[in-house]
Amino acid sequence: MKNLKYLFVGVVFGLALTKGEAISWFRMQEMFHFQSFHMFGIFMTALPVGALSIFLIRKLNLRTANGEAIDVPEKPYHHGIIIGGLIFGFGWALTGACPGPLYAQIGAGYGVTLITFFSAVLGTWVYARVKPYLPD
Amino acid sequence: MEFLYEPWPWYIAGPVIGLTVPALLLLGNKRLGISSTLRQLCAACYPSDIPFLNYDWKKDSWNLFFVCGILLGGFIGGWLFENPATTTLAPDTVAVLQSNGVHDVSGLLPRELFTWSNVFTWQGFWLIIVGGFMIGFGTRYARGCTSGHGIFGLSALQWTSLVAVICFFVGGIICSHLILPAILLL
Repeated sequence: MKNLKYLFVGVVFGLALTKGEAISWFRMQEMFHFQSFHMFGIFMTALPVGALSIFLIRKLNLRTANGEAIDVPEKPYHHGIIIGGLIFGFGWALTGACPGPLYAQIGAGYGVTLITFFSAVLGTWVYARVKPYLPD
Repeated sequence: MEFLYEPWPWYIAGPVIGLTVPALLLLGNKRLGISSTLRQLCAACYPSDIPFLNYDWKKDSWNLFFVCGILLGGFIGGWLFENPATTTLAPDTVAVLQSNGVHDVSGLLPRELFTWSNVFTWQGFWLIIVGGFMIGFGTRYARGCTSGHGIFGLSALQWTSLVAVICFFVGGIICSHLILPAILLL
């Protein structure tokens, strides 16, 4: 069960999202109206921690627990970043959730978010189907 | 255990979220990203003859364990040790929502809107079904979500992730200001 450790990291991540109210529909509206520092505070503290740790991992040439090399590949630009990004932004404001919080909302007992989730899976499936016809 | 009963301030939640980046890298060279699990589920359940869904999803099954953990974390933090009902939501936001007919601002989602019976109304159709669809379609088209681009990509100082995050916010701001009020009036 080498994958169980990722379940544990997921629990901590999900707990922080939930306790930090980053899965709250209300907090998302507050953020999109720039009426509170809360969500921006989360981003502005999460990012330096993430950035500093990637910097250190690169600088010290750290390897994984199993001695595997760690690589952070470039994300090349494609137009979908803009078009898809805008589409996702709409969905974010409507549901108050990104994919991560969607899982946490289900866990928190808001049963109807299962429908939001299945709809998101369907959206991904339809994207896969129409991908050849979309500008990349 | 006191900390489990209270909401976490941003300066606690944020760093913990940021620490998942090195945790996943150091545990197994895994890059934080969640929208990819939606593709994983499509590939596992119904790949059909779609090339984009026919790949060895089991090779990346770690991320399915990861999201099961997120679900469990939501259960522990949002159900078992639910935050107290009193919310610290900005009064301005409460006023905006109330003027749009959302009166119950307790909990994590508006209980008046996100109900099973509302799934079959126009309001629920837009909020729950269309909203969910746009999450799945948009994140895959953008090849990442708030985690993959917003947390991981920005932490790795990728300029493309910055473009993505700006677009996420532009879409969200337009929708929250102009489109959501119209849906709430339905």
